[in-house]
Amino acid sequence: MAALVLDSLVKRFESTPVVDELSLEIEPGEFVALLGPSGCGKTTTLRLLAGFETLSSGQVSLNGRSLAHASLHLPPEQRRMGMVFQSYALWPHMSVADNVGYTLKMRHIKGDEYRRRVGQALETVQLASLAERMPQALSGGQRQRVALARCLVTEPEVVLLDEPLANLDRHLRASMEETFREFHRRTGATMVYVTHDQSEAMSLADRIAVMKSGRLAQWATPETLYRRPRNEWVARFIGQGSILRLPDVTPGRAIPGAELMSLAMHHECEWDTPVLVRPEQVRLGSTGLPARVENCIFRGERYELWLCLNSGQRLFAYHHEALPIGREVRLVLQQGWSLEPEA
Amino acid sequence: MQLTVPMGTQLRWLPWLLLLAIASLSLAPSLRLVVEAFSQPLNAESSLWRVLRDAATWRAAWHSLYTAGLGTLISLLFGSLFAFAITLTDIRAKQSLVFCFMLPMMIPPQVTALSWLQLFGPASPLLNSLGLAPPLGSPQPLYSANGIALLLGIQHAPLVFLALRTSLLSLPRELVEAARINGAGQWQVWRDIILPVTRSGLIAGGAIAFVSGLGNFGIPAMLGIPASYYVLPTLIYQRMAGFGHSVLSEVASLSLLIGGLALIGVAIQQRLLERSRFALLGQSGRPHDFILGSRRWMLEAGLGTILALILLAPLAALVVGSLVPALGVPLTLETLTLSAYGEMLGRQGVTLRAFHNSLWLAGGAALVLMMLSVLLAYYMQRLSPRLRLWLTSVIEIPYALPGVVLAIACILLFVRPLPVIDVALYGTLGIIFIAYLARFLTVCLKPVSSSLGQLDGSLEEAAQLAGAGPLRRLVDIVLPLIAPAVFAGGLLVFLIAVNELTVSALLWSAGNETLGVLIFNLDQSGDKVLASAVAVLVVVMVAALMLGLNLLASRLPRGVIPWRH
Repeated sequence: MAALVLDSLVKRFESTPVVDELSLEIEPGEFVALLGPSGCGKTTTLRLLAGFETLSSGQVSLNGRSLAHASLHLPPEQRRMGMVFQSYALWPHMSVADNVGYTLKMRHIKGDEYRRRVGQALETVQLASLAERMPQALSGGQRQRVALARCLVTEPEVVLLDEPLANLDRHLRASMEETFREFHRRTGATMVYVTHDQSEAMSLADRIAVMKSGRLAQWATPETLYRRPRNEWVARFIGQGSILRLPDVTPGRAIPGAELMSLAMHHECEWDTPVLVRPEQVRLGSTGLPARVENCIFRGERYELWLCLNSGQRLFAYHHEALPIGREVRLVLQQGWSLEPEA
Repeated sequence: MQLTVPMGTQLRWLPWLLLLAIASLSLAPSLRLVVEAFSQPLNAESSLWRVLRDAATWRAAWHSLYTAGLGTLISLLFGSLFAFAITLTDIRAKQSLVFCFMLPMMIPPQVTALSWLQLFGPASPLLNSLGLAPPLGSPQPLYSANGIALLLGIQHAPLVFLALRTSLLSLPRELVEAARINGAGQWQVWRDIILPVTRSGLIAGGAIAFVSGLGNFGIPAMLGIPASYYVLPTLIYQRMAGFGHSVLSEVASLSLLIGGLALIGVAIQQRLLERSRFALLGQSGRPHDFILGSRRWMLEAGLGTILALILLAPLAALVVGSLVPALGVPLTLETLTLSAYGEMLGRQGVTLRAFHNSLWLAGGAALVLMMLSVLLAYYMQRLSPRLRLWLTSVIEIPYALPGVVLAIACILLFVRPLPVIDVALYGTLGIIFIAYLARFLTVCLKPVSSSLGQLDGSLEEAAQLAGAGPLRRLVDIVLPLIAPAVFAGGLLVFLIAVNELTVSALLWSAGNETLGVLIFNLDQSGDKVLASAVAVLVVVMVAALMLGLNLLASRLPRGVIPWRH
């Protein structure tokens, strides 16, 4: 049985649907990312799970117990979930220890038990030495870890994270990602992580729900999303690559290199089916399809090339050295993935 | 309209209780007034028609418009001079200049009037002491329309100053810098960029000064009544004082007239504002330091002189006036006496009683309004912006209306014992207390609301996930974070209410005098020395409270304390 079930969630603000018929079944202990461009409804979905927003229709249930449906709305204080906010939401008038212990106080846990659990939570995020500090005296990363400890202290079954890394600089992000991974491994909690950053979602999540305009675009593991995206929009949103329009292929099929190359040579057909070619599937060599270098950009570890095929279609590739613009090259395609056309 | 927003299982009664409070404090008095004015059929006998036919009504209306209009011009002159000089240039001692310039606004009008009266005229203790007094029998120049206008102008100049300063501070620095890069000198920048763009601030300030001038009671009462020069508020006061309840519905019609004039003023202001408002982009909030160079000391000296004339001289006259044995006696080492202060504290039972009454009224109103504001702001934050705006406007009505109008409305509402509980409020301190609650709710609510609005909503949401219900969250999370604003709101209410005259002038009764009424009555009965002594004490109290609020300033959102930015 799935731990957290979202069943046809709909949320309308003044009759415009922000979340539209969203259904997900999340396994216990799974790390799930809600990924999408801004305004896709991912944060609203998270707030529906927490209970800050009321459902327009649909149902949320946890371990078979309904949290919210058309005639029921369990308030957030009774859902016993943990949440890490984008702004951390540390109470500025309470010390680090008081912030962490507040949830325990609400559950009437006092005395030694209280001190033990606060100490333990702070130790887990390596902040035991800062217990008496006020939040204003902490750095961004430390604040984030206090917010995590606050979640940790009551061992909730579900932890919600709302773009927790958005306010941190790039170097801190990498180390905080590791902290989240560690946190997930230790607690075994079900985690729902909202982000607009695909690399963050890909590196952290077991499964990713890609959202577009309030609807679920695809619900899959990171590998599947990268290798076998369902449609053109997901393919463009996740990772890099180029999309060729090729005749006579059915969507949702891996196309072997030979077939791909012979199709790509034709150019007097109806260009109807989009086919995704990731840059690592393009090899430059002495044989294969002729193409011309249109642009060449240095990215440190490699060069990125934009190539133009004879048929006029453009192709994105990696190369180990710089090539002058206009140079004629030959290339081999190893594999492609055919997509549903954009709706 | 959704009035019952989800607040969880607790506090379900709260919205209804709060709506009841707003309805009875903010709406009921003005509604009662409208009902009274229109209750009789509109024919030749009705009071509304009688009032509209009376020549005295139109004379007083013209006097009101003249004094408020001329006063507004004077306010605009002083207010804009100080706002431009202090906000735009590199003059020194800006904080002290602002504090001194704002002081006249916080000093109650009857004290301002009294101190100016002590400054001029043949009996002036200060002029007598300096040997400059005009001969006996020469007129007191302030007992005139222009005297009233001058004092209204000085009293309300800080309102223009504040509105213009806010507008100047929100002027993006880039606008000025772009003009400078394009070759405009400082003077041209001021004329071509700053003045047009901050016109809305000037208009707003002028309109507030005008409406405040229309509603002012203390100054035209102290300066106009001795010269039989009546404006609408003093006409109402005079009618009520002379004829009592028999003229209530006539007075209600007069109140409606002045309330209508005030509302027209507000409407014109908003119309003008809409036309002259620009969308300003860019970084704002920093002053634009214009370098004055060698002319700086001239401006500093000019501002200092003005402050000395409009603030120090009258206050000095007031102090001198409280230290002489009798009016007209020059102050020398031999005549100096503290007997007025002794009498105030010792023998005069009414003085102590008035202090006692005002402190209780102001303190009680501040406490009740602090609690009400917290609950109200907490609740209103959850409403839709439109509903919130609507409620805010309703709460503002009793403060926007001239105080005399509110007083008449309260008399109408409480002249008979309250139904059901059979409690008579009229003729007790209770009616003044209720009127203060109605009038000053918005004063306390504004800082609390703005502080609550700046609070990150996720702070409360985090507590909610931790398992805290609405009441817990209010006490544990919200209250500690907005406490400075709540105290500031309470102090502001206390500061204004403790010196209030306009409302209590009509609502007081024997044994229930307030400080404002006391000074007014002492002055009217010719006891100017004792009145001055009480007024000196009031000024000291005002300055002390303002300094107390200054201490809170660093922990408050911008704009909470009227004289600081």
